[in-house]
Amino acid sequence: MRDARGDVTRPIGARLWLSGAWLALLVLAALCAPLIAPKDPLMQDLFLGRMPPFWVTGAEPGYLLGTDSLGRDVLSRILYGARLALIVALVAGSLTCFIGATLGLIAGYYRGWPDRIISRFVDIWMAFPPVLFAILLIAVMGPGLVSIIIAIVVIDWTRFARVIRAEAMSQGAMDYVASAQVAGRTRFGTMLTEILPNVLPTIVALLTLEMGIAVIIEAILSFVNLSISTDSPTWGGMIAEGRTSVHQAWWVLVFPLITLFLTVLSFSQLGEGLKDRFDPVLR
Amino acid sequence: MMYEIRDLKLSFPDISRKPLLGPVPRIEVLKGLSFDVPKGVVLGIVGGSGSGKSTLGRAMLRLLEPTGGTIRFDGQDITHTPEEHLRAVRQRFQMIFQDPMSSLNPRRRVGAIISGPLRLHGMTDLRSRVNEALDMVGLPRNFATRYPHELSGGQRQRVGIARAIALRPEFILADEIVSGLDVSSQAQVLNLLEELVRDLGLTLAFVSHDLSVIRRLCDRTLVLHHGMIVEEGATAALFDAPQTAYTQELLAAIPLPDPDQPWR
Amino acid sequence: MNSFLEVRNLNLSLKAGMPILRSVSLNVAAGQVHGLVGESGAGKSMIGKAVLGTLPRALQVTSGEIWLDGVNLNSLPTAERRKTIGAKAALIPQDPLTALNPSKRIGPQITRRLVDILGWQKSDAEARAVELLHEVHIPDPARVMKSYPHELSGGMRQRILIASAFAAEPKLIIADEPTTALDVTVQKQILRLIAEMQQRHDTALLFVTHDLGVVSKTCDTLSVLYAGKVIEEARMRRFFTRPIHPYSAALLKATPTYTNPRGSLTPVPQSVIDATEREVREHDMRASR
Repeated sequence: MRDARGDVTRPIGARLWLSGAWLALLVLAALCAPLIAPKDPLMQDLFLGRMPPFWVTGAEPGYLLGTDSLGRDVLSRILYGARLALIVALVAGSLTCFIGATLGLIAGYYRGWPDRIISRFVDIWMAFPPVLFAILLIAVMGPGLVSIIIAIVVIDWTRFARVIRAEAMSQGAMDYVASAQVAGRTRFGTMLTEILPNVLPTIVALLTLEMGIAVIIEAILSFVNLSISTDSPTWGGMIAEGRTSVHQAWWVLVFPLITLFLTVLSFSQLGEGLKDRFDPVLR
Repeated sequence: MMYEIRDLKLSFPDISRKPLLGPVPRIEVLKGLSFDVPKGVVLGIVGGSGSGKSTLGRAMLRLLEPTGGTIRFDGQDITHTPEEHLRAVRQRFQMIFQDPMSSLNPRRRVGAIISGPLRLHGMTDLRSRVNEALDMVGLPRNFATRYPHELSGGQRQRVGIARAIALRPEFILADEIVSGLDVSSQAQVLNLLEELVRDLGLTLAFVSHDLSVIRRLCDRTLVLHHGMIVEEGATAALFDAPQTAYTQELLAAIPLPDPDQPWR
Repeated sequence: MNSFLEVRNLNLSLKAGMPILRSVSLNVAAGQVHGLVGESGAGKSMIGKAVLGTLPRALQVTSGEIWLDGVNLNSLPTAERRKTIGAKAALIPQDPLTALNPSKRIGPQITRRLVDILGWQKSDAEARAVELLHEVHIPDPARVMKSYPHELSGGMRQRILIASAFAAEPKLIIADEPTTALDVTVQKQILRLIAEMQQRHDTALLFVTHDLGVVSKTCDTLSVLYAGKVIEEARMRRFFTRPIHPYSAALLKATPTYTNPRGSLTPVPQSVIDATEREVREHDMRASR
């Protein structure tokens, strides 16, 4: 008798398309910022301070989303800010993922003393308050892109290590791992060819989630003025500035906030969508 | 002799009863088993849950390391052989697992599942060997491109059998391989196994909780209870005149599809 | 003869449209045991789930009626239907390990139904639970009431589930593969216990199993299912001596029997499967007309 579950085909989720489209748009914006940004993001014009977005009366033509208190174009700053956000998301996300997943995989599959060492280390690491840790780190290393990325990796690798360890452990108990051993495969070979492909969907989902988190952390650090120098536009920095003048010029706060929100949401939705889509196993 | 097993003992640490200080207590799963498996014989290993029958099977294939006694495979002591030296022997004994869903890597196609072990043992001509193995278990050759979840339970178990025989081993351990299947596919898989054993001259150890299946397939039967051998003998004799109370109780408890069986 | 459970022309399908049950009808009277047999995927468990209203979300009843103790369940509003089912029917589940909540003591897990659904006083419910544990031959019920599930063996847990199924004096018990997870020796004890309880309480019992051996020891009548269709309905003895449908006969021959090693375990012939498939398709054609 045939298994009815095999006949169920899954539709490609709208969320995969929507989140993918938003992120693609963002990548495009980041790459082409110098070409498409209407103004120089750093150019100040104190006569044009706090101009509202185009649909509000009193708007200045050419400044679509208005200007901040120093007369800088909000749209241009958001576009340039996307560069930094995406660099942080990609580099910090991948590094965190690589370090955490590797350690988690080793701990979960090899068990024994590697697991004991890694797990203890993770436990101790997680006992530090993360934000304080990051602030301390940047205070020591000095602000800058590299510091931010290191801070994110240092804070968040444990998330990967824990989840991947648990996943590798449950996969390790499956009989196909025993059958690889019966076939004479080495431990290391089994880890790479049998376990890794089966934890990969989880890793991908976590990775995209982490990219969203990296964007948030960067924003938080910018917000407390610990990110990149104030010259280069960042979303977090814009939000921090916008906060001070929210009653006079709400758009300075709201537009970067919406962008940030959509980006983080898209990253997490993309991960879930990809996991569903590329998992050949119907669970 | 394919296997000579003497005073085999195996215990696991019992972490649930770990004291604050001092050594972890151990649970003895196999309590000193001695038996032989002659070449060309189909040996049934039967017992209830917790009897240690699966542990015994895994110890015989050295997926577990015994804590005492010796296991000789074709005259060679493999009791404590480290994994890197075992690899040369591994081609000679293979295993078919209980749950084909968990023993077949869900992310591999059937062809890759069967050819994986072949490649590891340096065999060439993989494609034709995979095809041959699929032919032998009665699956169409185009199944090589399918994923395990696209197959039915009986077909998956055939893939498990194909993977084991593709290496042309001398000994196969079959661990509860039909207990997850419907009776109609059960019969097919057992018939197939019977044929393969005959055609390839295999020695087979068949671990099962189902005495009716053992009776059909096996030449000799070993009854396990609480990690000890309760009874061992030629299958027909053991079923016709069980010597121990435990075997008698086991046989009497089986509900036969026969309303006239005295069962209550 | 009045039926405690009557299923009339029940059709069930995946929301995507694929049929799971095809015009299933059956009757179970007080004190009777009716077996539902078939291979995995034949839909035998789904009948029980449809009666208890615990169908998976992806499934829906497309037509048919379920009568429980003279009440048409379909005619009742949802809340009332739940209450009726809770008071009149109970389930003995397959896996005694997952059917009990591991973080709660046994006592409250038995008394919960009595207190919640029937509105009993807690002390009355507890007294009743102890009495029931006695009835299912559990030594020292007071201690067991205070135990957690993991402290008990599989057979013991299954006894507790039986006690809890009979707690509210239901009219109908549905046993869904209740011994599949157990060893044969324990299975024998549990099957005897279910029979004993069923007779003492004079309940109707719907017994879902894939094991024809078990059917021959427990059931008075049975239905054989193939692809959600009842292909044969029979009294137990007649079924085992003279099965009518070729698929039933083939299934009997395929069942392993240690007393007849060569005559049993014969694969179901492809011709029989094809003929049965054809029958199912013909039914679908008639139904769609």
